Amino acid sequence: MNQEILDRLRMDDRFPHILCPGCGIGSAMNAMIRAIAESGLTNDDICIISGIGCSSRVPGYIDADTFHTLHGRAIPSATGVKLAHPDKEMIIIAGDGDLLAIGGNHFIHAARRNLDMTVILINNHNYGMTGGQYSPTTPQGKRAKTAPYGCVERAFDACEMGIGSGAVFVARSTTYHTPHLKGLIKQAMKKNGFALVEVISQCPTLYGRLNRMGDAVKMLEYFKENSITVSQVKEPKDAEGKIVIGVLHDIEAPEYYESYRKVCEHAQRR
Amino acid sequence: MSIQLLSGNEACALGALKAGVRFFAGYPITPSTEIAEMMSEELPKLGGIFIQMEDEIASICAMVGASAAGMKAMTATSGPGFSLMQEGIGYAIMTEVPCVIVNVQRGGPATGLPTKVAQADVMAARWGTHGDHPIVALAPWSVMESFTLTVKAIEISERLRLPVLILSDEIIGHMREVVSIPESVAIHERKKPTKSKDEYLHYHDETNFDAPFAHFGEGFRIHISGLTHRQDGFPTNDPKVIKWKMDRLRNKTDLNRDWLHFDEHLDLDAETVIVSYGSSARAALEAKNEFEKNGSKKIGFLRLITLWPFHYMKVAELLQNTKRVVVVEMNQGQMTREIARAVRRDVQVIDVNRYDGELITPAEVLEKL
Ligand SMILES: Cc1ncc(C[n+]2csc(CCOP(=O)(O)OP(=O)(O)O)c2C)c(N)n1
Repeated sequence: MNQEILDRLRMDDRFPHILCPGCGIGSAMNAMIRAIAESGLTNDDICIISGIGCSSRVPGYIDADTFHTLHGRAIPSATGVKLAHPDKEMIIIAGDGDLLAIGGNHFIHAARRNLDMTVILINNHNYGMTGGQYSPTTPQGKRAKTAPYGCVERAFDACEMGIGSGAVFVARSTTYHTPHLKGLIKQAMKKNGFALVEVISQCPTLYGRLNRMGDAVKMLEYFKENSITVSQVKEPKDAEGKIVIGVLHDIEAPEYYESYRKVCEHAQRR
Repeated sequence: MSIQLLSGNEACALGALKAGVRFFAGYPITPSTEIAEMMSEELPKLGGIFIQMEDEIASICAMVGASAAGMKAMTATSGPGFSLMQEGIGYAIMTEVPCVIVNVQRGGPATGLPTKVAQADVMAARWGTHGDHPIVALAPWSVMESFTLTVKAIEISERLRLPVLILSDEIIGHMREVVSIPESVAIHERKKPTKSKDEYLHYHDETNFDAPFAHFGEGFRIHISGLTHRQDGFPTNDPKVIKWKMDRLRNKTDLNRDWLHFDEHLDLDAETVIVSYGSSARAALEAKNEFEKNGSKKIGFLRLITLWPFHYMKVAELLQNTKRVVVVEMNQGQMTREIARAVRRDVQVIDVNRYDGELITPAEVLEKL
């Protein structure tokens, strides 16, 4: 790790971190920090906000103003912070359970509202922190601690949900493709509005072990071999069974705070 | 000073605006909605923020986020919404973020009686969120007090870095009275840390009252977490530090009981004293006046304004000459139990309750005198 990255971290007593060997969260965090640095942002320009879960422990390691909120509540908490500090960059880090199960309602409404924030979803297909139970992104038939016979439910596609709910920027990458991921996070932060970056990540300790997917290296190889870029998808069947990576959606829409300010001006003129 | 005809809910919103509240996040619920409606009209004029969130969980989290980031913040709700807010209230307590939550009480449990009055959230206010914790709850009995107590609640909350609840009710919220509203009120300004970023501790040991504290997002690089934490905000499992944090929280109300206690009382040397609060205290006072018309005997009257922290010593002292206490409240006896714990063992405690959505009448109180 170079000094540039180390300087961004709380190196005094926050390390060693709590993550398991082979966990993908560190790779996502690395890509995020590099994206922040390459965007020319200092640690005082950003607020890092999370809910509860393994992924949500990331803010604690970063030397910035960091907010570890309740399970599922990173987005509404960030909404309050952003409206108080519209000039700061809000970066939200969430697990799939945090963002899509308990926090699902906040996620879709924040996308609809389009307040400027960047949500980094670390999708490890299970609840890591509580020991590997199934989540809204556990594929049907896959095992989890509460799905010992295979998951009965169908999984969410977080990106489709984001697009359907009004997010202006939606992208996906994996922990194998960290330079690619870094680029997407940079684009997401630059976007004025609600941006989602989904990171397909490995949890070799729980989901990987329960589904006999091998160690972290094997899981990363799987991501490498089964990913396809947006531009490689010529027809829908090309994407079947694949992880489609890249920018999936990028549109313009009025940003919430700017629209709200116009309302204030109008109210003040009357 | 301006003379106005206002409802309790409007007076509450006005109090908040005058006291410097510039952030309101809420979700509509009867009988509190007028507060949100007034905020949505007035805050944009002042350059403040009004936002209607997707539910009450989001509302309290947004409010806590905004307050941590430096804005005076409030929300308003009623029974079902108050239940949804409980985890967030605990979060604000743990992270020591000031905020005011108005609960305009209606009948419960569940959806209960949306348009009818009750005072049955007294214990939910005290113990609704899990874990040991301090809380402050104030109960207005008039439109004017809806204004003054909202101003007071904001000051208390800012000074103690603690959520403060206003336990209003459907009658107080919707009742209209002529009130004189001051042009301005004293606004409590938060103190900024004097220490440098490197020396600053967000939860400093000794300063638990009126403490300077950094705002989230202003570069002090603070860590705010609902995990039990050290002085610097980072999580801990050290029993000594855990106890320090829990005692620090408890001391916010324990060491400030006298400062936090408000009541109004009359003729407490009488043999019988009526104790009440909020809208039912209006019937209680009426009953006292009726009773005294017909004879020479006096009836005592104690109206609790601060419900939590319940000041047991103070209430015991106020009721030391009493032989009979008649507690008047619109629930199944929630505050009666607290009163019974405060008074001498030989004092007879009688309750006058209604929990059918109707106000207690003075006649019902008179029967017990
Ligand atoms: C209200 C509430 N319910 C349940 C929990 C327990 N809990 C903690 S983390 C977690 C799930 C974490 O999974 P995910 O969000 O996918 O993140 P990961 O740990 O996999 O990164 C749960 C259920 C909680 N903290 N709060």
